[in-house]
Amino acid sequence: MSLLNVSSPHAHRPLSTATVMQLVLLATLPGIAALSLFFGWGTLLNLAIAIPLALLFEACVLKLRQRPLAFYLGDYSAVVTAVLLAIALPPHSPIWLVAIGIGFAIIIAKHLYGGLGYNPFNPAMVAYVVLLISFPVEMTQWAAPLSLIDSGAIDGHTMATPLDVLKNNNSELVADLFAHNPGFGRWAGLGWEWVNLSFLAGGCFLLYKRVFTWHAPVAMLSSLAFCSLFFYDGGSSASKGSPLFHLLSGATMFGAFFIITDPVTSAVSNRGRLVYGALIGLLLFVIRAWGNYPDALAFAVLLMNFAAPFIDYYTQPRTYGHKAKQPPSKEESH
Amino acid sequence: MLADYALLLISAVLVNNFVLVQFLGLCPFMGVSNKLETAIGMSSATTFVLTLASICSWLTYQWLLVPLGLEYLRTISFILVIAVVVQFTEMVVRKTSPLLYKVLGVFLPLITTNCAVLGVALLNINKNHSFMESALYGFGAAAGFSLVLVLFAAMRERLAAADVPTPFKGAAIGMITAGLMSLAFMGFAGLV
Repeated sequence: MSLLNVSSPHAHRPLSTATVMQLVLLATLPGIAALSLFFGWGTLLNLAIAIPLALLFEACVLKLRQRPLAFYLGDYSAVVTAVLLAIALPPHSPIWLVAIGIGFAIIIAKHLYGGLGYNPFNPAMVAYVVLLISFPVEMTQWAAPLSLIDSGAIDGHTMATPLDVLKNNNSELVADLFAHNPGFGRWAGLGWEWVNLSFLAGGCFLLYKRVFTWHAPVAMLSSLAFCSLFFYDGGSSASKGSPLFHLLSGATMFGAFFIITDPVTSAVSNRGRLVYGALIGLLLFVIRAWGNYPDALAFAVLLMNFAAPFIDYYTQPRTYGHKAKQPPSKEESH
Repeated sequence: MLADYALLLISAVLVNNFVLVQFLGLCPFMGVSNKLETAIGMSSATTFVLTLASICSWLTYQWLLVPLGLEYLRTISFILVIAVVVQFTEMVVRKTSPLLYKVLGVFLPLITTNCAVLGVALLNINKNHSFMESALYGFGAAAGFSLVLVLFAAMRERLAAADVPTPFKGAAIGMITAGLMSLAFMGFAGLV
């Protein structure tokens, strides 16, 4: 038996931007399917509005900046932004809401900074925060699970999400909430647990394809789990929720694998990504537990996007062959 | 008691951040944030001045103005106190670190006109803070100012290399970034 001796150079095709973006789009499919299955076709409607609008805005800006249209539109980055925002928005969002969000994401958060690769903030999350602060009523109407509407368990088509219920709950034990509140499921919210598991599956696919490294998602999920375990009081009426509840609620998995892994807006080095992810998990829990907002992924991500250059500055990897060096600061100035 | 102090600190640093939520002290925020090193120097100088100024102005108000019934003179007397503290800091920095003195340049005396400093002194009186609370509030305001200034400086170093459209280069994109950061800080609402 002989080993096959292939001569160098062993060049292989690197992942292009378009391939990466297509993989990300592919990986969102299970999550989108779960969202549609449990909350109706509202998310698909959002997608149908968001994607053409994103391409339109992108084309307009490229035209204004006199850049080649086909090249930049073909990298799918605008589509990914649109898909991420459409998933994050409540199902059945009005057209104008999606339009304002996409416009803000593409024009202000992305192209004012020079386009893909230069934007310091995640465009979809900027748009989400802008919409949440400007139109709180429209943004906090999440669709009720279909099964509840069909069985007549609730009136109306929207209801408070489990995170919201838990936040405003101060009379019932958590176990009672799970037993009596129709919005709760086995481990977290009805439907929400499967949505989160689907995004987890999609994320694992991307991890397997090496679209991003494991550092940021693992750091974020473990810091969220640790914080919620630390403040978990066994399920009293003032409980902040169990680690499992937090991991499978709201935007946790979607954020961990599709938002904070954005290579442009996150920290660059592996060590930096660990810090970056862990701090997002911490902020997420702090705002969920004590802030005004039931879910806080967008805020946590924006805050850490803001801190990412600083984290990079202090987590520069050691160059091979050199000793670890302090960041280039003038010591004599202090 | 300790919990109250902790909440006061969190409030001053994050929830009511002086730069991004109350929009005080914007001039040094935009002016000294082009380089990270300068920003760190400016932050430490401002932290020192702000803490000291809020203590001194509290003492001036409670021990001098109130006994004499001259409360209406507080704005002008606080400006005087702040100017003295800044002058003192300038002398210290000049002797201990000539390089930092050169780097900070005109911005060191400009701390006098940093509206955050006067703002903290006046807010301390408005909110009826005790001596300890005033000192903590001043320190918290300065810590919040330093936090966003340093982070903003690191970000602006990166923005300098970005392919920003010509009309938005420099201060314009800096202001837009500051606006987006201010949006992000609204997420802290309700923590205290």
